[in-house]
Amino acid sequence: MNATLAPILAIIRRDLLLAMRRKSEVLTALFFFIIVVSLFPLGIGPETALLRKIAPGVIWVAALLATMLGLARLFAPDHADGTLEQMVLSPSPLGLLITGKIAAHWITTGLPLVLLAPVLGIQFDLDGGALGIMVVALLLGTPLLSLIGAIGAALTLGLRGGGVLLSLLVLPLYVPALIFGAGAVEAHISGLGAGGHLSLLAALLALAVFFAPWATTAALRIAIE
Amino acid sequence: MLSATALSCIRGERRLFSGLDLDVGPGEWLHVQGENGAGKTSLLRILASLSPPAEGEIRWRGEPIAHLAEDYRRELLFLGHHGAVKEELTPYENLILAARLDGSELDEVEALKALARFGLRGREDLAVRFLSAGQKRRVLLARLAVRKATLWILDEPFTALDVKAVEMLSGLIVEHVTQGGIAILTSHQAIPLPNGKIIMVGA
Repeated sequence: MNATLAPILAIIRRDLLLAMRRKSEVLTALFFFIIVVSLFPLGIGPETALLRKIAPGVIWVAALLATMLGLARLFAPDHADGTLEQMVLSPSPLGLLITGKIAAHWITTGLPLVLLAPVLGIQFDLDGGALGIMVVALLLGTPLLSLIGAIGAALTLGLRGGGVLLSLLVLPLYVPALIFGAGAVEAHISGLGAGGHLSLLAALLALAVFFAPWATTAALRIAIE
Repeated sequence: MLSATALSCIRGERRLFSGLDLDVGPGEWLHVQGENGAGKTSLLRILASLSPPAEGEIRWRGEPIAHLAEDYRRELLFLGHHGAVKEELTPYENLILAARLDGSELDEVEALKALARFGLRGREDLAVRFLSAGQKRRVLLARLAVRKATLWILDEPFTALDVKAVEMLSGLIVEHVTQGGIAILTSHQAIPLPNGKIIMVGA
């Protein structure tokens, strides 16, 4: 177990240390999320029924776009400075190292969004139950966004105009997470229960945890060659 | 111990080299020579298993490296054009984190000793972005002093180094080879190392 976890933890610790030194990258995504979500109540005004209705969609779309912001730089710095080569040549399986990188991306990008979402949800007059479902949905959904995003980041690594291509590749793949994530909160608000949506989100996450590091690794090996 | 037979390399539409054979054993070092664009770096990347050859086979201890995978990489240290040195981190952090990436733990004393050996004493806690190009290169080369690997593949290791650093690196390579290690390196300048094999690429 330790032999499996050690390379993952090593990469997470390294990427978190780097994130601490490049605070602007982490804070940019966070402020983007806060500003985009906050603009809607300001623009619509105190129409609480409408705000409650659009809240899940707005928060999820903002979370999705905020996650996208840093994706292009998920592997680019490591590729540019030769670290990716060293990862490929590491005795530890590349898949484990990539899993560590994706986990670090989620900790620095997804987790802050999960923690901020309930605070921002108050602006939309969401009750405690809806905010709780929102947090659970984001806890399941944001790692999914990082996992899917990593595949896109690896496929577009080193390409000219890779940022635009990355968006075109990844955004359609984010649609199921968006539908089930926002749908969970909407279902709760309308009294239908969020269990089904959350279960589907968890199933997607389980599938992505299994396949995304493998697909990302394969794409990175091609980029390195 | 490392042998390659009938290697060829194609980049884009261009065949860089073909029918290349080499054989390097313990206690030997190989100087890969050739003009710019001849395929020296490509050869090193192929030998390091970073790129597959268009044709040919590479064997390590008699086994194809494709079969050995992690067992081969455990015995290999590859230093390419790019330093794999993070500008935001200090030389000490870079060394410690590189060791973890290699699957080993490096203690503080050993790391500081390696940095001191490459003239970075007093700069261990300074972010690498504040160091000169030569000093950044020294951070990278300090890995040679701490990583236990039998096969060193070094792409232009003497680039950006001053006379003293060239002497230090040469000493380290001689020490490695004398202890039964293998070194394969490229350099456009004369290498101050004795008794090396030479292979021409793209000739």
